[in-house]
Amino acid sequence: MNEESQQEFSLDLLRSGDRAEIARLVDAHSTKIYRLGLKMLANPQDAEDVLQNTFLKAIQALPKFEGRSSISTWLYRIAINESLMLIRRRKPEFDFASKVEGDEDDELLLTQFSDWCCLPESELVSSEAQNYLDKAIQELSEKLRVVFILRDIEKLSITETSEALNISEAAVKTRLLRARLQLREMLSIYYGERLDEERRG
Amino acid sequence: MKEHLNCGALLESLSEYVDGVLGDALCEEIESHVAGCDDCRVVVDTLKKTICLYHETSEKTAIPLDVRERLFHRLNLDDFIEERKQT
Repeated sequence: MNEESQQEFSLDLLRSGDRAEIARLVDAHSTKIYRLGLKMLANPQDAEDVLQNTFLKAIQALPKFEGRSSISTWLYRIAINESLMLIRRRKPEFDFASKVEGDEDDELLLTQFSDWCCLPESELVSSEAQNYLDKAIQELSEKLRVVFILRDIEKLSITETSEALNISEAAVKTRLLRARLQLREMLSIYYGERLDEERRG
Repeated sequence: MKEHLNCGALLESLSEYVDGVLGDALCEEIESHVAGCDDCRVVVDTLKKTICLYHETSEKTAIPLDVRERLFHRLNLDDFIEERKQT
């Protein structure tokens, strides 16, 4: 499913602190962990903090790693906790309850029906559009954001996502659908405007 | 949307539908509904495109070399910095 799932690591070597094996593990997973931090926090410095703290903690905990989940899922779990801790530290005034509550019970709202799929590729993937895509993720509540990032950016399966977050597969599916629909709404507003511009010439 | 009774039911299965993991019977139901409901067709198409655009962004993000270097330094793995380049 994900990029390095085929890569095998010797748990014995990792647990015993073999530095070459640890370096190999870091190289195999560093892009994924950095990207997760970047998408969660939208700030390169924060992403780097998440990256460093994740591997520092992981290396410390490796001797006790039991291998019940894959190393990849385990690393994601540490990285998510690091990201959430940073979010809370950076925005102490942020009222989580207001954004978190109701995520799963909200009515699924559809308000945007512009058919922007036909926009030229240059519009769809312009750097401005890229910035908008990143900003849109930040608009999601934490709960939805983390599920969306693991599933649709990191391309974990539903099962792997549920293991990484320690929530049920049903909750993953519910949150994923809401996250996807909210992003579709936001993208439809943005690309809908591009479409109007295009039509106006 | 409101005039179509099936739109809401379709919505609940939409994720599984675009992921291609929905059973045949439900798939057929969605497809026949979408064929007659333009709003739902747009929702399905733009949802697929939304996910696809985010899939693509993940491939564009790689760890910068200086970030990797500082990481290896922080982990006391300096002697391995030169050994492995990003794949």
